[in-house]
Amino acid sequence: MLKIFKYSFFDLIRGKWSLIYFGFFFISSMSLLYISGDVAKVIISLMNIILLLNPLIATIFGVMYFYNSREFSELLLAQPIKRRDIFLGQYLGLSVSLSISFILGLLIPFAIFGIFSTNQVTNAVTLLFVGTILTLIFSAIAFYIALRNENKIKGFGTAIFLWLFFAVIYDGIFLLLLMTFNEYPLEKFALVSMIFNPIDLSRILILLNLDISALMGYTGAVFNQFFGNMLGISISIFVLLIWIVTPIFFFLRSLKKKDF
Amino acid sequence: MDKTIKISGLHKSFKKLHVLKGIDLTIDKPGIYAVLGPNASGKTTLIKVMLGMVIPQKGNVEILGENIKNNPFYRKNISYLPQIARFPENLKVSELLEMIQDLQKRKGDTDDLIKGLKLEPYLDAKLVSLSGGTKQKVNVVLTFMYDNPIIILDEPTSGLDPISMVYLKKKIQEEKEKGKIILVTTHIMPLVEELADEIIFLLEGVISFRGSASQLKLDQGGESIEIAIANLLTKQHA
Repeated sequence: MLKIFKYSFFDLIRGKWSLIYFGFFFISSMSLLYISGDVAKVIISLMNIILLLNPLIATIFGVMYFYNSREFSELLLAQPIKRRDIFLGQYLGLSVSLSISFILGLLIPFAIFGIFSTNQVTNAVTLLFVGTILTLIFSAIAFYIALRNENKIKGFGTAIFLWLFFAVIYDGIFLLLLMTFNEYPLEKFALVSMIFNPIDLSRILILLNLDISALMGYTGAVFNQFFGNMLGISISIFVLLIWIVTPIFFFLRSLKKKDF
Repeated sequence: MDKTIKISGLHKSFKKLHVLKGIDLTIDKPGIYAVLGPNASGKTTLIKVMLGMVIPQKGNVEILGENIKNNPFYRKNISYLPQIARFPENLKVSELLEMIQDLQKRKGDTDDLIKGLKLEPYLDAKLVSLSGGTKQKVNVVLTFMYDNPIIILDEPTSGLDPISMVYLKKKIQEEKEKGKIILVTTHIMPLVEELADEIIFLLEGVISFRGSASQLKLDQGGESIEIAIANLLTKQHA
């Protein structure tokens, strides 16, 4: 598996998309830091970018990479290597190369502006952590969807829809339900609904850390109140890890029966 | 080592499409075996089952005495030339060759093949910039660099120029003389007549003929294999 990882990783990291992805984060965080002196505000702006963009890019690249490397996978399948190792290696190659572009794109400007010597260190690190976790989650989901759909258009469509669902539609439905049932106590419902959306969960994780209740919204406030800070953070990290493992588990289960 | 391929009671269907309907096949003598059949007769599926890419619903496959179920390591004895060649785009040809040898954990004999196929100028080129035919040549190198007892070739001549085709045919003959089992699927009948010791003819998911080319011609009538096969097909449908 490590060998496949090594090759996928170097294949991807040398590609132009890694550079573009890095460049995007580098330029946006550089310019945000340059324009605004307030690091907390910059972190919130970057959070909003990351919460939308990292899942989207991981989804698109995951699906694309899986489909594009199909013939290559066939070549590898004819080698004396376990199926599981081939695809786990490819998954890690993709998600790690995306994560590295992302992390370097933020880390270098942060270092240049000396954020790591201010009191914003934990927030910056949380941001990097959450962005990486989201990349891992959504590339795993994308791999699973691509494996299950032989038809590329259908695979792409499903993956993009899923991203749209978690990034936009989910919150819409959630708000609609809150408005409709605003006479009932909805705290528990809000808490449970949070767990089923990794993007919301990531937002809570960053905001609990930033400790800005005004920006947290209803669910965040409830979450904060219910769990208290430390416990809330640990639980959201735990649930995020489950969000990585679950799609990988289903992916490996389908892989056993897959015909290439 | 037990030098045979043993397939028994093999069934495979894709959703409602029943592709292989009970294949029993034992190959215990070295030689070149042409797997023939009309489109969608299950040739590629059969080959992919042997390579563990397609998982059958029923049946047993033993290669060199090893059951292939849940066991990737029997594949170190098989060289496989796929129909289409596509590789990771950013790798160079030389890097790809090194990678496969790294994954196989053994050195292959690539120098002669590279020379024979005139691939030297392309070694430092990235795979994405190569033409289809050149990629197929790279594939040929990957297939023949190891001295494996079983070789499977899926449409080996597609995209190759006449010079490389001659080279490939010579290579196949050489490997045969080393006492290997070579399976070839193709639609090019002159190639079958030239190379194959035995024909395995698949029709609608079962083996409907097995024997030499002259036997097929004798059975079905006709002066070429093409006509003999056409006769066989019309009889089946009559």
